[in-house]
Amino acid sequence: MDRSIVISFGLHILLIIITAMSLPFLAKKPIDLPPIVSVELIQIMEKTNIPFAPKAKKIIEKVKEKEKKLVSEQAPPKMVKKEKQDAIPLPDEKIEKIEKIKEEKQNPEKVETEIKQVSEFEKKELFDTNSIAALIDKSKVESAENNKKLDKITQNQDKTIDLGGLSLSEEDALKAQIFGCWSIPLGLPYNENLLVRIKLQLKPDGSIIKSEILDHARMNKPGQGFYKVLAESALRAIKLCQPLRVPRTGYERWKELQLNFDAREMLEG
Amino acid sequence: MLFRYLLILLILLPVKVFALIEVDITRGNLNPLPIAVSPLSIDENSKKNFKKILKKENLGVEISTIVENNLRQSGLFNPLNKNAFLQKPDIANLKPRFEDWNLIKAQALITGKVTFEDEKLRVEFRLWDVLAGKEMMALAFTTVPSNWRRVGHIITDKVYERLTGEDGYFDTRIIYVSEEGPKTNRIKKLAIMDQDGFNNKYLTLGNELVLTPRFSPTNQMVTYLSYFRNLPRVYLLDIETGLQEVVGDFPGMTFAPRFSPDGKKIIMSFAQDGNSDIYTMDLENRIVERISNHPSIDTSPSYSPDGKFITFNSDRSGYQQIYVMSSNGKNVKRISFGNGLYGTPVWSPRGDLIAFTKLHKGKFYIGVMRTDGTGERLLTENFYQEAPSWSPNGRVLIFYRETKTNSKGEGFSAKLWSIDLTGYNEKMVETETDASDPSWSSLLSE
Repeated sequence: MDRSIVISFGLHILLIIITAMSLPFLAKKPIDLPPIVSVELIQIMEKTNIPFAPKAKKIIEKVKEKEKKLVSEQAPPKMVKKEKQDAIPLPDEKIEKIEKIKEEKQNPEKVETEIKQVSEFEKKELFDTNSIAALIDKSKVESAENNKKLDKITQNQDKTIDLGGLSLSEEDALKAQIFGCWSIPLGLPYNENLLVRIKLQLKPDGSIIKSEILDHARMNKPGQGFYKVLAESALRAIKLCQPLRVPRTGYERWKELQLNFDAREMLEG
Repeated sequence: MLFRYLLILLILLPVKVFALIEVDITRGNLNPLPIAVSPLSIDENSKKNFKKILKKENLGVEISTIVENNLRQSGLFNPLNKNAFLQKPDIANLKPRFEDWNLIKAQALITGKVTFEDEKLRVEFRLWDVLAGKEMMALAFTTVPSNWRRVGHIITDKVYERLTGEDGYFDTRIIYVSEEGPKTNRIKKLAIMDQDGFNNKYLTLGNELVLTPRFSPTNQMVTYLSYFRNLPRVYLLDIETGLQEVVGDFPGMTFAPRFSPDGKKIIMSFAQDGNSDIYTMDLENRIVERISNHPSIDTSPSYSPDGKFITFNSDRSGYQQIYVMSSNGKNVKRISFGNGLYGTPVWSPRGDLIAFTKLHKGKFYIGVMRTDGTGERLLTENFYQEAPSWSPNGRVLIFYRETKTNSKGEGFSAKLWSIDLTGYNEKMVETETDASDPSWSSLLSE
C-alpha cells in the first residue's frame, strides 16, 4: 500500500514537472518595454480653433446657398417633361422647337432656362428616347447646366445679361422688319464699297433716341455721292421702321445697336 | 485729394461693359419709293401770262405732271395720288407739314413755284425728305416759256439723281426710224422726239430708205445709213440746222455707222471683195482705216465709253457671236458662249455691260452681259425684237419689237419698247407711227 502511494506520488510529481516545463510562458524572455517618457497634457484649443475669415465665410455661405437653390430648382422640371411628351414631333414642330431652344440657350434671363436644370435621372431618361426632340432636349439640358456652372463661378453677375448679343430669333425679327423698310437705291455702282454703318441709341420700346452714321466723313468726299444716297436710304429705313422690334428684356444689352447696311448682295443679284 | 478718392472710387466701382451688338442688313426691298409730287404753285398773274403764251391753264400742274409721269415710268418711284394730298401747293412749298405727308406714306416730297418774270419762265423746286423732315435739294431755273417741258424733265433728272445715286435720263431725246405703209412698201423717215414721246419731229421726207440713226456724243449730229439709187450711203445730219452731208459711198453691204466716244470718227462695217469687216473713218480728213481683217463676217461695231475697246459680232467661230477687241483691232476675244446666235452688241455708257440681241430656238431676246462675257442675263423675250440702245445712265434699254396685229397672225406692227436692267419694268414708248432702230441721246442739259 505504501509502495503504491509512493509510486502515485512520484508519478504525479513527474507529471507536474513535465507540464510545468512544457508551458510556453515559462520559456519566454521578458518583454523589452521602451523607456517611459513623461507626457505633459496642455490645453491648445484656444490656439487651433481660429474663426473663419470674413471673405471665406461669405464664399462658403454663398456656395451653400447656391447648392440649396440648385436642389430646390431641380425639384420641378415640369417644362422638360412636357417637351418629352412630344417625343415624335411633326416636321414643323421640330423646327419650332429648334428655334425655341436656340432662344432659350441664349437667354439665361428666361425662367425656362433655369427650370431646365434637371436631375441626372431625368437626363438619363432623355437619352433613352430615340427621337430628335429628345436629342435636342439633351443639348438644352447640357447648355443649361453649363450656364449654371458659369453662374456658380460668377455669383455677382447679373443673370439677365448676356454678353453674346441678340439671339438668332431676336436678330431675325429685327432684320425682317428692316428689310421691309429699306428701299435700296438701285442706281448705286456695283463695284464700290456699299456698306453704311449706323449706330443707334434706343429707348426700351425700340424707338430711336439717336442715329449716327459712323463713316460720316465719307459722305462729303468727292466721287462718293452714291454713299450719301445710300446712307440716307438707310436712315429713312430706320425712321420708317421705328419702333424697332427689340427684345422685351435685357435693355442694357441692346440699348445701343449698330446696323450695317450692305447693298452689294441685292444689287449684284 | 478729393480727385484721388473719386478716381479710386471709379476704379473700384464694378463696371459692366457690353460689346456693341451689330446687325447686318443685307437685304431690302426693291419696291418703288413712295413720293408725293405736289403741283407747283403759281400766282394768278403768272397763270394768265402763261395761258396767253402757251395755252396752258395751269403751268404748275402741267410741269408737276411731267415730273410725276417720268418718275412713274422709271419704275423706281411710286408717285402718290394727288387727291390724297392734305396741304395746298403754295403752303407746302414754303414749309411742308411733314406729319401730313407722312400720313399718306410719302417718303419724299417735291414742291415748287412757277413765276413769269421778264417774259421768262422761272421755276424753283424743292425736294424734301419727309421722314427726316428736312430739305434735300432746292434749285431754280429760268428759261423761255416754250421750254417748259424740258424744265419738267430737268427737275426729274435732279430728283432722280438725288434719290438713286445715278444720273437721270429724262432730259433726253430719241431718234428713230418712223415706218408707215405695208411691209412690202414701207415709207421710212427719220424722226426725233423727247424720251417721253412728246415733241415728235420728222427729219427726212421719206423719199429714201433710212436705217440705223445714231447720235453723236454732243447730240448735235446724227449719223445714219440711207440708200440712194440702191446704193448705201452714210450721212451726217445736223439736227439744229437740218443740214445733211454725205460721209461716203461704200461698196457692198454697209451696216450701222456709229460715232466714236470723242465724236471724231465713225465706225461701221462694210463689205470689200465680198468680205465684211470693220472700218473707221476720220471725220476730219475722211481717211478710212481697216480695223478687223478676217475672212468671216464682222458687223455691228460699238466703242467702249473710254474708246479703248470695240465690241462687234462675227461668225468666225461658225456661228454669230459677240467679240471684243482693242480699238486698233488687236487682241480679239470671243465673249459670248451661250446657245443661239448673238448680235447687235452695244457697250453701256457706264462701261460695265454689253447689251445684245440673241436668237435662240426661233425667239428673240434682249439681254446684257459683262464685258468679259460673264453674267449673261436675258431681260425680255419675244417673237421679233432687236437693236437695243442704252439710256445715257446705262440703266434702261430701248429697242424695237415687231408684233402681229391680230390674233390670226396677220399684219404686223413695229413699236419702241423700253426695259430696265431689272427686267421687270418693260414699257411701250408711244410713237405716232410704227417705229424701229431707236437711238438714245445723252443728257441735253449736260
